[in-house]
Amino acid sequence: MSAPELAIDVRGLVKRFGGKTAVDGVDIQMPYGKVWGFLGPNGSGKTTTIRMICGLLHPDAGEGRCLGFDIRTDAMSIKQSTGYMTQRFSFWEDLTIRENLEFVARLYHLPQRRALVDNTLETLGLEHRQHQTAGELSGGWKQRLALAAVTMHRPRLLLLDEPTAGVDPQARRDFWDEIHRLSMTGLTVLVSTHYMDEAERCDRIVYLANGRLVTSGTVDDVIDASGLVTFRASGEGVRELMEDLRAEPGVEHAAYFGAALHVSGADRAALMRAIEKYSNVSWEEVQSDLEDVFIELMTRAGADERLHG
Amino acid sequence: MSAWSESMVRVGAIFTKELIQMRRDRMTFAMMLLIPVIQLVLFGYAINTDPRSLPTAVVTEEQTPIVRTLLTALKTSGYYELVSIISDPRESAALLARGEVAFVIQIPSGFTERLIRGERPQILIEADASDPAAASNAIARAETILMRALRHDLKGSLAYLAPAQDPIEVVVHARYNPEANTQYNIVPGLLGVILTMTLVMITGLAMTREAERGTMENLLAMPAQPFEVMIGKIAPYVAVGGIQTLIVLLAAHELFNVPFAGSLLLLLAGVVVFIIANLAVGFTFSTIAKSQMQAMQMTFFFFLPSLLLSGFMFPFRGMPGWAQVIGEVLPLTHFLRLIRGVMLKGAGFGDMRQAILAITLFAVAAGILAMVRYRRTLD
Repeated sequence: MSAPELAIDVRGLVKRFGGKTAVDGVDIQMPYGKVWGFLGPNGSGKTTTIRMICGLLHPDAGEGRCLGFDIRTDAMSIKQSTGYMTQRFSFWEDLTIRENLEFVARLYHLPQRRALVDNTLETLGLEHRQHQTAGELSGGWKQRLALAAVTMHRPRLLLLDEPTAGVDPQARRDFWDEIHRLSMTGLTVLVSTHYMDEAERCDRIVYLANGRLVTSGTVDDVIDASGLVTFRASGEGVRELMEDLRAEPGVEHAAYFGAALHVSGADRAALMRAIEKYSNVSWEEVQSDLEDVFIELMTRAGADERLHG
Repeated sequence: MSAWSESMVRVGAIFTKELIQMRRDRMTFAMMLLIPVIQLVLFGYAINTDPRSLPTAVVTEEQTPIVRTLLTALKTSGYYELVSIISDPRESAALLARGEVAFVIQIPSGFTERLIRGERPQILIEADASDPAAASNAIARAETILMRALRHDLKGSLAYLAPAQDPIEVVVHARYNPEANTQYNIVPGLLGVILTMTLVMITGLAMTREAERGTMENLLAMPAQPFEVMIGKIAPYVAVGGIQTLIVLLAAHELFNVPFAGSLLLLLAGVVVFIIANLAVGFTFSTIAKSQMQAMQMTFFFFLPSLLLSGFMFPFRGMPGWAQVIGEVLPLTHFLRLIRGVMLKGAGFGDMRQAILAITLFAVAAGILAMVRYRRTLD
């Protein structure tokens, strides 16, 4: 059946909410010890897929195993060895930081609870604030607390749902250092995100759109597979050209960033014909980056006909 | 470590968490302790189903000794307070219509003369029966009061007017509450009302709050079984119910002098089962409600029938059959029988077996429903 070396092995997952299909036949085969990024626009089914993997939602169709346990029948075993960090801070804001950690430690029946909580607080650097309620923490600290809490029971798999949404760049960097540190200890991590720089920190990315898996692979694989050609225009007044370029046949999207205009399309010949008309600025072909690819993927996937949620 | 003791550790974790949250939520906590006190004061001191000193107008032109005797008898009975003595019957009708008086007693002119002649003159008592409960006791007692007064006065030369001895003597013993003290009935019943209202609401809110704040997802992602969550969540409120019971029983004894004829142990056993029944209802509501607001509304859908059909507000036997059937299902109905039976009548376990069994059945059914309805997933 399922290969034992796979942390997550799910096939054909389908989830409908009141007639709307949120996830439509997703397959994921993820080996142990990797950090995988889960990408896709809002409402593409990332959260729903993660919830099905950890047993929080029953798939309407499809099957699979998480850490070797059947996701449909053995949710309790999956919960024992999985850490799931929800998109929205879901620890108890009216409990203190220490009380939250103690609650988790007791619920997982962890030995030497007091010492463990002390250690966790020390690692977090929250010893001096341990008796404040969790609700008083800033966004970044809440995320760190949540990460510490969901890893306290030494899970084998970590599922993080947009863990860094609304967190400042420094806190994000620290957060990712922590994820890589955890990964070094053998933890398997699946993390959903909207940030391209975060996607580039993943061993592999999976792109979902409209509840379907559109592409997956390493960052380079995904860029190559897209067949996207990108030209970069720089010079005086390039920003003003954006609207005109967008209307040209062959140009699938144009975006201004890094003081330059990026124009992409899958058809090299058509794209070159389009930019020839704008010879007053200097053009050079550049490697398409992940953001170009994602915007392209989003455009190709077309309008989302499902319920956003 | 056995599965059972692991389970108990998880229940303990949820119990502790709930206890801390309850303590921090000062408003709710204060409410749970203040509601019994406020309701005791309001219901205990304010409600009287046997009203006395009802304002009464007397229409009479006579001031004979016999009329004075009759009026004095009415006044000393405690039910009638003679607020005005007038001579114009039209004015009295207006007084009654305006609600200034509850009764108008008309003694027609020539009353004394006709009495002495043996013509059985009439006395008319007009009552404002728009509120039947308020007037009924005074009406029912009027004839007895007047006859007793006359019997006392019709002596000597008037002895021929005294009525003959009644052929039979009716002896009435108003048992368990001979003075018809409303508080003896209300205060014990109030315990059941308070427990129903606060406990159903509080558990309903405690669970839906988790869903509303998004912490439910976290709780579900952690390894806790539904029954562990349920026991851990409701156990702190059993203690709250215990404290409320203590407050009401102390007040019953100290402030209202309600007798306690039966076994305290039997009553407490019944209280525990009743508390669990209400908590299970609250938990069930929380599995249906999408928000705290909805949980609150459902609480009232349960609380109102409990209040009205249990026999707390209105006599149970006075309700039509279908209402009694609904009443029989509600745990408050059986709890009222239990607590009134134990406190006022000194009923033992044998007498109260049915009531305890009914509450237990309800608790078990609600508990099973709650666990079946409890979502292990977010579906």
